[in-house]
Amino acid sequence: MPFKIVILWTDALIYLLVVVVLLLAWHVRRHEHLAAPWRKVARSPGGLAAAALLALFVVIGLADSVHYRPSVAVKDGKTVYAVEVLSLLDAIAAPLRARKEKTYSAPLATRLFAKETIELPGGGQARDYPRLKHGGAHLEQPEEQWASDIARRALWGAAAGVVLWLVLAILLCALLARRAGADVDEIWRAIWRGETEVPWRAVLVTLAVVLVAGMPLLALAAKYHVFGTDKVGQDVFYQSLKSIRTGLVIGTLTTLVMLPFALLLGVMAGYFKGWVDDAIQYLYTTLSSIPGVLLIAAAVLMMQVYIETHPELFDTVTARADLRLLFLCVILGITSWTGLARLLRGEALKLREMEYIQAAHAFGVSHWRILTRHILPNVMHIVLIAVVMDFSGLVLAEAVLSYVGVGVDPSTISFGTMINSARLEMARDPMVWWSLAAAFCFMLLMVLSANLFADAVRDAFDPRIRTARPFRLAAQKA
Amino acid sequence: MIAYIIRRLLYAIPILIGVNVITFTLFFVVNSPDDMARVHLGVKRVTPEAIRKWKEERGYDKALLYNGAAAGAQAFTDTIFYEKSVKLFAFEFGRSDQGRDIGYDIGNRMWASLAIALPVFLLGLAAYLTFALLMAFFRATYVDFWGVVACVMMMSISGLFYIIGGQYLVGKLLNLVPISGYDGGANALKFLVLPVIIGVVSGIGASTRWYRTIFLEEISKDYVRTARAKGLSELRVLFRHVLANAMIPILTGVVVVIPLLFMGSLVTEAFFGIPGLGSYTIDAINSQDFAVVRAMVFLGSVLYIVGLIVTDISYTWVDPRVRFE
Amino acid sequence: MSPERPLLSVRDLRTWLDAGDAIVRAVDRVSFDVRRGETFALVGESGCGKSMTALSIMRLLPDAGGIVGGSVELDGQDLLQMPESGMRDVRGRRIGMIFQEPALSLNPVMTAGEQVAEALRRHTPLEGGALAARVRELLEAVRIPDAARRKDEYPFQLSGGMKQRVMIAMALACDPELLVADEPTTALDVTIQAQVLDVLRELQKTRRMSLMLITHDLGVVSGMAHRVAVMYAGEIVETASRDAFFARPAHPYSRKLFDSLPSGSKRDGALAVIRGSVPALTREFTGCRFADRCDSAWELCRKSVPGLYDAGNGQIARCHLYAPGADKSEKWGQSRISERDSSMQSQKIDSDPIFPDPIFPITSNESLLLVKDLKVHFPVHGGLLKRVVARVRAVDGVSLEIEAGRTLGLVGESGCGKTTVGKGILRLVEPTGGQVVFNGSDLAHLSRAALRPMRKHFQIIFQDPYASLNPRMRVLETLEEGMAALGLGEGREARQARVDALLAEVGLDPEVKFRYPHEFSGGQRQRIAIARALSVEPRLIICDEPTSALDVSVQAQILNLLKALQRKKGLAYLFISHNISVIEFLAHEVAVMYLGRIVEHGHVDEVLRAPRHPYTRALLSAVPVLDRTTKREVIRLQGELPSPVSPPAGCHFHPRCPDAFERCGQAYPDSARFTASHTAACHLYPMV
Repeated sequence: MPFKIVILWTDALIYLLVVVVLLLAWHVRRHEHLAAPWRKVARSPGGLAAAALLALFVVIGLADSVHYRPSVAVKDGKTVYAVEVLSLLDAIAAPLRARKEKTYSAPLATRLFAKETIELPGGGQARDYPRLKHGGAHLEQPEEQWASDIARRALWGAAAGVVLWLVLAILLCALLARRAGADVDEIWRAIWRGETEVPWRAVLVTLAVVLVAGMPLLALAAKYHVFGTDKVGQDVFYQSLKSIRTGLVIGTLTTLVMLPFALLLGVMAGYFKGWVDDAIQYLYTTLSSIPGVLLIAAAVLMMQVYIETHPELFDTVTARADLRLLFLCVILGITSWTGLARLLRGEALKLREMEYIQAAHAFGVSHWRILTRHILPNVMHIVLIAVVMDFSGLVLAEAVLSYVGVGVDPSTISFGTMINSARLEMARDPMVWWSLAAAFCFMLLMVLSANLFADAVRDAFDPRIRTARPFRLAAQKA
Repeated sequence: MIAYIIRRLLYAIPILIGVNVITFTLFFVVNSPDDMARVHLGVKRVTPEAIRKWKEERGYDKALLYNGAAAGAQAFTDTIFYEKSVKLFAFEFGRSDQGRDIGYDIGNRMWASLAIALPVFLLGLAAYLTFALLMAFFRATYVDFWGVVACVMMMSISGLFYIIGGQYLVGKLLNLVPISGYDGGANALKFLVLPVIIGVVSGIGASTRWYRTIFLEEISKDYVRTARAKGLSELRVLFRHVLANAMIPILTGVVVVIPLLFMGSLVTEAFFGIPGLGSYTIDAINSQDFAVVRAMVFLGSVLYIVGLIVTDISYTWVDPRVRFE
Repeated sequence: MSPERPLLSVRDLRTWLDAGDAIVRAVDRVSFDVRRGETFALVGESGCGKSMTALSIMRLLPDAGGIVGGSVELDGQDLLQMPESGMRDVRGRRIGMIFQEPALSLNPVMTAGEQVAEALRRHTPLEGGALAARVRELLEAVRIPDAARRKDEYPFQLSGGMKQRVMIAMALACDPELLVADEPTTALDVTIQAQVLDVLRELQKTRRMSLMLITHDLGVVSGMAHRVAVMYAGEIVETASRDAFFARPAHPYSRKLFDSLPSGSKRDGALAVIRGSVPALTREFTGCRFADRCDSAWELCRKSVPGLYDAGNGQIARCHLYAPGADKSEKWGQSRISERDSSMQSQKIDSDPIFPDPIFPITSNESLLLVKDLKVHFPVHGGLLKRVVARVRAVDGVSLEIEAGRTLGLVGESGCGKTTVGKGILRLVEPTGGQVVFNGSDLAHLSRAALRPMRKHFQIIFQDPYASLNPRMRVLETLEEGMAALGLGEGREARQARVDALLAEVGLDPEVKFRYPHEFSGGQRQRIAIARALSVEPRLIICDEPTSALDVSVQAQILNLLKALQRKKGLAYLFISHNISVIEFLAHEVAVMYLGRIVEHGHVDEVLRAPRHPYTRALLSAVPVLDRTTKREVIRLQGELPSPVSPPAGCHFHPRCPDAFERCGQAYPDSARFTASHTAACHLYPMV
């Protein structure tokens, strides 16, 4: 075998999450009353555009969650595998990963950021900005060819983006047309007039922006470091792509690990009341009275000690970093489950007095059945809202924690570690700004789309807070 | 009402004990003092002798919970649990792993933390409430719509970027105030301006949106319609009726953090080099000073619990239903 | 029409609501006048647009609503054209408004006096002592006892009736020309309702103010109004003077409303029902909106929208029957119009298929369930350590006997403990003392496991059709739950067949079993809830106000169904209600509860026709009646229901009792027996 599949702890949980989400989606599709609020989400242009963008991040994150160790040699009929654990994304973006420079270089640069003493071809030495090993290495005369080369590649990329977009858009129209039994042309016009029930226009616009901005990026990335390189010469674009998985893992697995506790304890406290309620309330009040950052700092410190004193438990650096990431999720989960548990307790308190639950009691239905059949299904919307609302907060928290030094392992690439290492160069003049800029852009895109999506979900699932649309009635009046 | 407050105070005791037990478990049970010593001395070359000495210097060489060797009450008092955890209740924080007096450091540094955190808190509250009231006033118009869009944008940006951006813009580009550093007395002002402004700005998105939701929820209630039916102006309805009722949920979230202001902000203080409790904690984390982190965890919890009690008391001020219980 | 200009003149008012998915035309070209000094009642069932009409007049619509067209003239001035600032001078000054939910309509963190003073400060130059004096005067005018003290209290310290009085005082603070009262007494008990209506009536008379009264209760209309307008599906379908309307309602919908009201005189038959349900207001109408539910509709009704036609007697009806030139005798039968004289008349429908010959003889005096001295006390925690400092004596020694196949009506005002009796019997709340004897075993003391097999004999139907079905469960699962829990029905298929039969029994298509509750109307949900109760073949069903959340027309359907099921299956009902006429229609026996105890018990005719206990008498006399011609003895109770935490010493009722004497304050009276069935606990009847 040329490689050995490695399933890290977080990978396994991500697969589990994917399976759960797929099962839920299948279940929801089959039940009209469950599907109805999702249809409402699908009708919100902002939510749908955000979902499209999030989907892109998820695809990248999933590609980065299939890990393997390539074989390096065959010894005594046994394959020896590399210590390094790679992912599918690493394989796809192999050129980005492999093309390391010596140190900092600016975005799209052809030369290093700092002057160095270089050997001149004709002997002798000079202090100059040396050429990069990979960035723009194909240019003979970088000073003259650079601008036109960049422009040409960017344009080609944009053109490819437009073509790709057109193909996708027409495919979509054809699909919709087939389903509706209408002309492709008709559907096309309906989409652009915003007359379709699902606001496809928003999706197409998002897609257009992503493709037209993203394709030139890819085209340039083939020959340049589009976001420059960092201190050890690693491509910042590659780092940004790798950070996506870390953000997604923190944002999703944290809720996944805390959900069972929050759900069970919160619902039980509200349903049983009495001493069960007192005990659970005591538990979460105590936990939540330790300020989150401090509890995380303390727990992570302790974990560091544990990892350092038990090095024999981890066979690769990646496995160690991965366990630390998982542990961060767990400890973040412990600090954040109390809020959801409190919400669920309140809801269960309300539900237990509902007449349909009283009716179940009148039949002598067992507590367990009442909890699972009556209470749980009726609090799921709260859980869902909490999960999507928490996501963006957790992604942001990761950056701060990593910055403080109690976040992910320093060898794990994340937005936090990117900012942390770039910050040290803030004082440089001229500034090394590209790592920060890349982290900023990617993080903003991810968090913003998560926030917009969360808003759409909340609007659809929580009828209490609904934003009135004043513009519609005014239009009717005229 | 007095019974109410006393009950709240009594309720805090078991929580404090719980917090204490959790921190003890975290710091002394998860890893043994031997492990801590090993990490401090460097994992590779440590001798049992060095470990023993390290532990002895810091008082970690005692029994955890019960000292079988000691007699009488000493069996319980001459233990790590008593020396390191129970004494926290008397705010005896002991010495840091580097040997400094933690209590003295805290007393010294908390004022710098407060000098940033308090203005951020007060200015922020005023600003966010104003914005939120404005958006509630213009609800269901484009002002509100774009206000929400701006809030979502602002809350999607990591706090770190506000600091970095602010430092770059104000400090480096415009050269208005120093980027970082601190000084006592009146000189502190020029060092405080930037972190305070950034602290306020970075909270605008999330807080304004949160207050706006509270206001809108109140506005949709029946009594607001009654107030309008009296012929009151929208502004008067907003201030006299909506704000007064919204104070109840607002206080829940706001009052609880007031005591925590002493703790300062980890990130802000680290970035601006403010010698407060936040940077104290960060330094302790980076140098793996367990004693300091433990003290800060306990102090933070105590302040939080104080916040909970103050919140409960503040209800009596805005909510007659609590006042007349 | 009088030559005098009406005070309020609404023309072609159209108000739309944005419901998210669709536009709801809540008010659709509504026109009416309110004259000076008159009470104008706007009547209709829920969702007909009457509240939206009122809010449109005040321009206080919710954010999602908007007035799309029409005019609202107050003394010749169009309110809809006014700038908002001008409108603010009208609100509270020229038009006052009272809302439905006194509990929600007052600012919870402001004292009652301050809320009244605020209105005065806004529109009058009063200040300081004069202002305080005026506030007190107003609170006294709405008969708030001890006004000087009450003005400094917060809404949560006031009872519902008091809150509504504060609302009235606030609305009347600046002597408005028009008072708009939106269901002002719907949330109140009958005795309190009577007090509040008296206040309104008196103030309206002394101040010569116009009153626009919005209500669904024809009894309230009869006692208050000078003129009446009936709304249906966003339109006014009939306007008439009160006398003409109650003597002969013109529109078929109005007639049906009267016919579907339950009463004692209709107890031997079924109530008339309006089939179907109110159409959704999101669609455009091409014909009469009532056509699909109307017994006298013909093709024209579905094709063309009827105008407002003169129906004689000064009545105007939106019905093709009254179109000039319409051949009434053929389509409607002129005779039937004049035949109908009073809603009080009994309607025997012998041929109605839902009433087959009773299979079970309803005169069997077989005792099914015996409740002996049932007590349900709830602890009140307080003090430093939240210890039990007091007990709410929700049910304090109630004894009842329920006979097989009969209905026992349990009547009382909210807070008297009647619902707790029902739940205590079923052990949905744990009884504190007493016995519930069934088949020789005491249900109140069985273990949870031992009680389980007994549960199939007793079931319960609740008040709120929206809360009584789990929104996440299909009808099938809802109906199966009880059978599965109690081990009834052999296997899934047998159970499914039984579900089909149950649905048919309650008048629903078996196909609906695959649907979720949100697809059903309130009445249909209540049918499903009845089917669920029937699924385990109980012998007793406790009906806890099963129709009080429903409109009268739907209520009639449910009452008919319950009655038919009783005859068919020999079910016994414990029917808990505050609505006397429903009890009168359905019950065989009646027990009247006051503050946790039963004060009078007997056959329905004995208790409701010849009440002995002063409370029963007062309760009955407070019920608004349609017929204003027969003079009744009017007993107005003072004060309100005391707290069940510390009931008054002696007879609980004595502080409010008009006949109380010394003894009443000293000892709780024993039951006096008047006939074999009729008893009352009152010192007026010292018995051996």
